[in-house]
Amino acid sequence: MIPVKFDYLAPTSVEEALAALGEHGDEAKILAGGQSLLPVLRMRLNAPEVVIDLGGISSLRGIRDDGDAIVIGAMTTHHDVRDHALVHEHALLLSKAAAEVADAQIRHRGTFGGALAHADPAGDLGAPALALGAQFVIQGPGGSRTVEAADFFVDLFETAIGEDEILTEVRIPKHTGWGAHYEKFVRVAHQWPIVAVAATVKGSIDEARVGLTNMGSTPLRASATEAALAGATATEEGVREAAELAAEGTNPPSDLNGAADYRQHLARVLTARAVLKAAGA
Amino acid sequence: MTATQDRPAAEIGKDRRRKEDQRLITGRTRWTDNITLPGMLHLAMVRSPFAHASITSVDVEAAKASPNVVAVLSGKDFGAELGVCINAWPITPDQKTPNHSPMPADRVAFAGEIVAVVVARSAAEARDAAELVDVEYDELPAVIGIKNALKDEVLAHPDLGTNKSALWVFDSNEVGTGSDVEAAIETARTDGIVIEREYRQQRLIPAFMEPRSVVVDPTGEQITMWSATQIPHILRFALAATTGVPESKIRVIAPDVGGGFGGKLQTTPEEWIAWAVARRLSKPVKYTETRSESLMAAHHGRDQVQTLTLAADKDGKVTGLKVHLDADLGAYIAVVGGGVPVLGAFMFNAIYKFPSYRFECQTVLTNTTFTDAYRGAGRPEATYAIERLMDELAAEVGVDPLEIRERNWITHEEFPFTTVAGLEYDTGNYEAATAKARESFGYDALRAEQKERRDRGDRVQLGIGVSTFTEMCGLAPSRVLGSLDYGAGGWEHASVRMLATGKVEIVTGASAHGQGHETAFSQIVADRLGVPFEDVEVLHGDTQIAHKGLDTYGSRSLVVGGEALVRAVDKVIDKAKHLAAHLLEASEDDLEYKGGRFTVAGTDQGVAIQELATAAFAAHNYPEDMEPSLDADATYDPVNFNYPHGTHLCAMEVDTETGAVKMRKYTCCDDIGVIINPLIVAGQVHGGLVQGIAQALWEEAVHDDAGTLVSGSFVDYLLPTSADTISFDVVHTDEPSVCTTNTLGTKGVGEAGTIASTPAVVNAVVDAIRHLGINDIQMPCTPERVWRAIQGSKAGGATETPPDAMPHFAEGEANQQSHEGALDQDGAGQ
Repeated sequence: MIPVKFDYLAPTSVEEALAALGEHGDEAKILAGGQSLLPVLRMRLNAPEVVIDLGGISSLRGIRDDGDAIVIGAMTTHHDVRDHALVHEHALLLSKAAAEVADAQIRHRGTFGGALAHADPAGDLGAPALALGAQFVIQGPGGSRTVEAADFFVDLFETAIGEDEILTEVRIPKHTGWGAHYEKFVRVAHQWPIVAVAATVKGSIDEARVGLTNMGSTPLRASATEAALAGATATEEGVREAAELAAEGTNPPSDLNGAADYRQHLARVLTARAVLKAAGA
Repeated sequence: MTATQDRPAAEIGKDRRRKEDQRLITGRTRWTDNITLPGMLHLAMVRSPFAHASITSVDVEAAKASPNVVAVLSGKDFGAELGVCINAWPITPDQKTPNHSPMPADRVAFAGEIVAVVVARSAAEARDAAELVDVEYDELPAVIGIKNALKDEVLAHPDLGTNKSALWVFDSNEVGTGSDVEAAIETARTDGIVIEREYRQQRLIPAFMEPRSVVVDPTGEQITMWSATQIPHILRFALAATTGVPESKIRVIAPDVGGGFGGKLQTTPEEWIAWAVARRLSKPVKYTETRSESLMAAHHGRDQVQTLTLAADKDGKVTGLKVHLDADLGAYIAVVGGGVPVLGAFMFNAIYKFPSYRFECQTVLTNTTFTDAYRGAGRPEATYAIERLMDELAAEVGVDPLEIRERNWITHEEFPFTTVAGLEYDTGNYEAATAKARESFGYDALRAEQKERRDRGDRVQLGIGVSTFTEMCGLAPSRVLGSLDYGAGGWEHASVRMLATGKVEIVTGASAHGQGHETAFSQIVADRLGVPFEDVEVLHGDTQIAHKGLDTYGSRSLVVGGEALVRAVDKVIDKAKHLAAHLLEASEDDLEYKGGRFTVAGTDQGVAIQELATAAFAAHNYPEDMEPSLDADATYDPVNFNYPHGTHLCAMEVDTETGAVKMRKYTCCDDIGVIINPLIVAGQVHGGLVQGIAQALWEEAVHDDAGTLVSGSFVDYLLPTSADTISFDVVHTDEPSVCTTNTLGTKGVGEAGTIASTPAVVNAVVDAIRHLGINDIQMPCTPERVWRAIQGSKAGGATETPPDAMPHFAEGEANQQSHEGALDQDGAGQ
């Protein structure tokens, strides 16, 4: 398949990228790995006049320790997120979820920031980022600002990133020592999740954070379940009871892989499984 | 004959790595899409977004003005030279067959039908300009789904007056191969068991790896077409028959072709359009479809509703089977479209001794992509139905599914056996295959585990599915095809060319597209002719080289083409023997042929066949009563089909909480006669199994009510990868039942895995949850369908859920669709 003709820009700094974005406005699309954008272009579902590739900006790649948080550059690949020692130690949930993204080829090409900025509610990284209370560092012509995860995801494929802005890095507050599990439900391995649950648990259980994938137009928190789990003991019955609340406030899609009520059922079942595994129970 | 001493172990039966793999796997070969000719133009198709509409106008001006566009043509720009797409198998004399233009000028009948073609200097420019073609349509009501079509309220082709194309009937009582099935059912109703079921064969998409591609070069005396096709010879014939070009002026080449699975057993609108455009512009042209176009407009497969009545006595001995099929042909009757479901007529009785049998097939037209052959073609559908029913019968009688089969199958002493469908099975040993499969599978241990889990009320239940399949393959005896009104024969042709240096070229009319013919045929020739494997070259797929042939489909290449090859080789040996006797100054009667060498009995005198090839080339000294050539041809028309069979056992785990299904173990013991290359056979079986398992669990082509293909990308049409399958346990019987109707004793294997596996998997899924009161899950057995069945069994009915589409790629793009109820057998869309 052949995309509509477009100009390709490959800036080498964020400033250069922002200038290009400022110049071309909504005629431009950001290429940040391209694992979602390229299929869209090739199927001619979108036809930007300019594609700005962030792949040449080395400052956007890498993971560093920043005191009470780790900071992940937006152009860090899923593969690198999955394997990084800092992620393992302080945000195990992200490592577990990154390991489940699509397939190995895509994990080596697709980027953490690109996937989050794409904001596909079926994407694997939104729910764990939300559960971990990620902070999104967004740079625009006027400088940088930081957006809390709860405010970052606005709607289907829509985030707080403005048209003239670029997501540069994501700060993940340290969850050192927290257990974690990403429970993904698919029919074939390379599929987007029908439903997935991202759970991370402190102790057994002092505190639990649970994110839901593909249960609405944005990643969601299973707040009622989290509340019910706080301070509870990680018994199968207790966790299952708390998980019964997981679908509250969700509005999942209906499609070939499952109707909304089935997805809500899955959310409850998978939440229990994810929390139990995260708690090591 | 004594064993040969002067060459290594026989080639036949050896795990030869495939000769063709180096070039196929690295891609360093000639595919249609990488053919580039001087001055070549590129085509892009403009396709209807509507399933049924009148074309009111086609404005091509903007497209024509686009950079480097050479021509933009719509249906009204062509005359008779465009030809028509043919149906080669009208199944009844009164079959209603819609006219199928490659590019209709007035009305489109499915979404994806071509309404205009753009010709440009590059593929990208053609694609850009195609978006500028402005077609105005008047949308017409579309009929989607078999049950809607049968109502005849909305017509796919209003001029035909009905959607019902043809009704084909076989009745054992009328033909004399069995008794009256209605009487059997009547008796069983009062004093026996009657099982009535409706099964759905969902629509599938062949999804070959290489998209279809065609290049036409009209320069030169012969117009040459390269096509990613399974059927270069049939394609050449059809071009000649429909476009007014003499057959002698047409050369068709199928270069290396990346898979077909029946999906390239077609003569396509795209080929006809490329042909017409190249001739009109006198320029070479190329068209390669996108994957989206392939999913939408390359022919689909299966799509039947099966209404089944099985009658048995109280002990589970079957007394009759009545089958009514409603088969969706789509918008047109493709090359063998109507014949595919009819092929199933001979296979519903499978390996069993049924006293009575009736088969009806009603074909219907709908406003969807036309359907045609897909791996197995008619036989998977039949096998699915009967193997599902045998499991149901076992449950009804309360015996093990293997036991119910044994009570009904043909025992090995009873061969040759003439079935209730009128076929003569030459050999088979169902007992041996079943015993071996059972042992390798660990049947009893898995049954024990199943019971233990059931007793424990485990969240994950275990089910065991059985499929004891047979099939008719090696299409086909020409007289049988004639009796079924098929438009061609079923023979195959082969040539052997003994080259001057002693090397051997063999030419086959079979047309490989991934099967490994070059390797297997070389093994046959190496053994039979006694030359080294490496000295044999196999040529195929070009009508200038392989001038006669009927191509590759229906598990025919080895069993029909291989036999033609054997016969041609034997003729070479006969000629060589005559020459050898002359050169050795001996009597032919005193010559022995072993290991590629003629020797005079009782002496040390001898000559190798490769030396004789050189002698024939030099032609300095040869008998006056022969031509100086050892080359030979043979055309072989099979006298019967052949009947591979096997016992397939599948264990599936079902998570009763989510409905998720997971394969635990799969064992198959296939009896396919003599095996030429076990490695190739293993590949065919593994790939075939996955394709059949995919029908059971994953694949489904879904149209919405308006006729738009909802599963229009691999996001929604779920093809499995190796990550989704397990390692299969593939075994064969210790002493195969050798086919008696060909010299090599071989049976087909290309479709076996696909035919057998689908019911084994569904039987296993159903078996895992039968104790919950469930006796069917519609294919594909999605987790949601399984879960709803379980919920339904608890709550007394499945819940219908409202549609609420949510796109994956872009807002407003209808690429996902509402869900059908789990037990709904055929909704409006399917």
